[in-house]
Amino acid sequence: MEIIQEHDVLIVGGGAAGLRAAIAAAEKNPRLSIAIISKVYPTRSHTVSAEGGIAAALDKGDTIRSHAKDTIKGSDYLADQDAVEFFVKRAKEEVLLLEQWGCPWSRKEDGDIAVRAFGGMSKKRTVFAADKTGFFMLHNLFERTLAHDNIHRYDEWFVTKLLTDSKGATGVVAIDQKEGEMVALAAKAVIMCTGGAGKMYLNTTNGAIKTGDGMALAYNEGALLKDMEFMQFHPTALPKTGILITEAARGEGGYLYNAKGERFLERYVPHKMELGPRDLISRAINTEYKEGRGFKGPYGNYVHLDIRHLGEKKINEKLPQIRELAKDFMNVDPVYKPIPVTPTQHYTMGGIHTNIKGETNIPGLYSAGEAACVSINGANRLGSNSLAECLVFGAEAGTAAANYCRRIKLRNPSRKKLSDEKKRIESVLTNKGKESPYKIREDMQKVMDQYAGIVRTEKELSKGIIKIRELQKRFKKIGLSQSNMVFNSQLINTLELEAMLTLAETLLISAKARKESRGAHFRSDYPERNDEKFLHHITISKGPRTPKVTHVPVPITKWQPEVRSY
Amino acid sequence: MQRIITINIKRYDPETEEVSISAYKVETEQDATILDILNFLNEHKQAAISYRFSCRMSICGSCGAMVNGRPTLMCSTFIRDLPDEITVEPMRNFPVIRDLVVDTDNAMDKMRDALPYTSFVSKKSKKPIKQTPEELEKLKQTSQCIKCMLCYSACPVYAVDEEFIGPAATATAYRYDQDTHDEVKEERMDSLTSKDGVWKCSFVGECSDVCPKNVDPALAIQKMKIMGVLHTTKKLIKPSKSKT
Ligand SMILES: Cc1cc2nc3c(=O)[nH]c(=O)nc-3n(C[C@H](O)[C@H](O)[C@H](O)COP(=O)(O)OP(=O)(O)OC[C@H]3O[C@@H](n4cnc5c(N)ncnc54)[C@H](O)[C@@H]3O)c2cc1C
Ligand code: SF4
Ligand code: FES
Repeated sequence: MEIIQEHDVLIVGGGAAGLRAAIAAAEKNPRLSIAIISKVYPTRSHTVSAEGGIAAALDKGDTIRSHAKDTIKGSDYLADQDAVEFFVKRAKEEVLLLEQWGCPWSRKEDGDIAVRAFGGMSKKRTVFAADKTGFFMLHNLFERTLAHDNIHRYDEWFVTKLLTDSKGATGVVAIDQKEGEMVALAAKAVIMCTGGAGKMYLNTTNGAIKTGDGMALAYNEGALLKDMEFMQFHPTALPKTGILITEAARGEGGYLYNAKGERFLERYVPHKMELGPRDLISRAINTEYKEGRGFKGPYGNYVHLDIRHLGEKKINEKLPQIRELAKDFMNVDPVYKPIPVTPTQHYTMGGIHTNIKGETNIPGLYSAGEAACVSINGANRLGSNSLAECLVFGAEAGTAAANYCRRIKLRNPSRKKLSDEKKRIESVLTNKGKESPYKIREDMQKVMDQYAGIVRTEKELSKGIIKIRELQKRFKKIGLSQSNMVFNSQLINTLELEAMLTLAETLLISAKARKESRGAHFRSDYPERNDEKFLHHITISKGPRTPKVTHVPVPITKWQPEVRSY
Repeated sequence: MQRIITINIKRYDPETEEVSISAYKVETEQDATILDILNFLNEHKQAAISYRFSCRMSICGSCGAMVNGRPTLMCSTFIRDLPDEITVEPMRNFPVIRDLVVDTDNAMDKMRDALPYTSFVSKKSKKPIKQTPEELEKLKQTSQCIKCMLCYSACPVYAVDEEFIGPAATATAYRYDQDTHDEVKEERMDSLTSKDGVWKCSFVGECSDVCPKNVDPALAIQKMKIMGVLHTTKKLIKPSKSKT
């Protein structure tokens, strides 16, 4: 295998975080050689499917302090308060920067940027571009990268390994899918912007590519993962397909009903109702199901999301995509009928442990976006904070990596590591086992749905760990039928599965270690929050045999933990 | 409702360079998509078919293919709208890499020629800039492009001349031209009116017919042609100031 190119900054991932990082690095120093490597063409990244909007305290009468407070309360006090204070200030700047770049933010009549209500936010502060916010942002960012001659791209290259030496990151190994070859890229700094890991679950709003590769790549080289036990379940996705019906549907005034025709949230979040935070609403729906008040459908229980009273005009103007999706995938026109919805895995709060500059515990390795965990989301992310997070911390990581490049010299990755990696991939390809990666994947997804879902217990989590370890053993006996590396979907799906099996274990172990209930992590055997013992982040790293669990503190600046009610 | 369909998938193996058809009889629901069926075949029948997909909600632009002869997104093409015999082939006008995966790099790179940005160097102003809903409306349609490249697959000009800038890139150019924040109009028009630019379009309109997002690239091309005539005339009268 050859080292085919050397770069200063190498960004893995072409979603909102990766593209923003590339632009920041390119602007910081136009002489740097920057590259984006992505397993899909950047505009296919899953940022594209973000619907509802991006949070920034821009509106008259809104304050960054209020945004910070809502975010921290939403996080169930597990967000790093210094990071949140930095984030809310920078989020505003980033939204205005994209305005200049031509991102088509929806407008008020007078031409100001419009904002909409979102769950857990005490003011209207979610900036949006119709109900395709992520799509518009992603394309706008991608197009902006084309203005920079020093941003190189490797489209549809799948990274299989992060290269490190005793001094830190040195590059990556990847499969160039079009050529069907393995190649290595050397770099002074690597930024992981590889997105979340929702595909560990069967029922998810995430697209097929959200397999957490970057988290596993970093973990395998000794990076700490943080807050892995916190998975967000979105209250309103379509049953079976998992296609998201954005929170903006409720932000614009939609109601949730159970099978008895009750607006049941009265019993759970009486002051916020449909605009309560996701963790509480998903759990409320789950309780309704348990107590027999869900609708029963061919794909399990569901509740109704009713937006009929908004009227056709407003629906077409503010929620056009939702109408299309409900019609296409559910045979329901929401202008005339309520939409069946159910809680579904949505967002990975945990990720690669970083500080606000995107630095990890490995020198030269940075991370941003859903793959990273700064953490501004703590135990529960507020909707619309993550697109903002991608921009703010993407930009910070890009700038920090550009600065780091000035201080160090490029080191060549070791030849031995390259040949070992080549052998490893070849052995996956030629292994003659009987197991199918798709079967193992499905089994893993079922385990995660069942044992690491909305409600968890010690017993179930322990069972989950055993089951995932069994699947890890079965993984060794996989046999593929496609042998060369040209767009070999079996090979890619197998490598993605390997990453997810690694992450699933870290999630279950972290969840077992957190013997309390906080945010999205609800333990029916420990139903209360326990600040005395657990007001810290759980970090997890690769151990000699099993993962090693450690802690890091939660910086608290202005907001002391309080009882969280809405 | 269940239905039994026959799906024929055109295959290409880059190793042997062999082209073949894989045919499967599948029992399926009316509400399944072509993508659902391909996933089912790969996950349960070891079909090992290569194709691109991710979002399964017609927004990422990955899954273009020809279904019964028509360029379409597989994830939003439903069995309920198709006959019992279905043929899936790779998008036309592109070299095939493997099975349904085609090489769209050439068309994708044309986005560069659209100069799809509002300025060459971004300014650090932190002041909001007003833009009325009416101003935004002007770029609404063309900004919906998901870069699925179906329009290139339908374009008869691109079929014979891959130098042509083509529909999506022109639509994207128009989108930025209409943006009130735009500051690179002249340079972009230079690019669009160069020899491989909009003039090559013969206005067949196939691109707009197949576009899954109603972008109407054909209309954008026509508008760009009109603006292009003005632009070139103006330049003939008053030579460009920047190049002196
Ligand atoms: C349906 C949906 C709706 C959402 N709506 C909202 C919303 O309204 N507001 C909000 O704030 N958030 C929303 N979110 C969350 C938000 O969209 C994501 O958290 C965010 O877009 C993640 O961006 P990213 O750049 O971190 O990763 P992604 O956009 O997922 O990009 C990951 C990139 O990494 C690359 N990559 C991954 N693995 C590899 C590998 N092995 N080799 C090479 N490249 C690799 C991929 O190709 C891709 O380019 C939504 C999420 C979903 C699923
Ligand atoms: S113009 Fe339409 S068909 Fe062409 S790439 Fe864009 S969305 Fe696809
Ligand atoms: S899979 Fe994304 S457009 Fe079809």
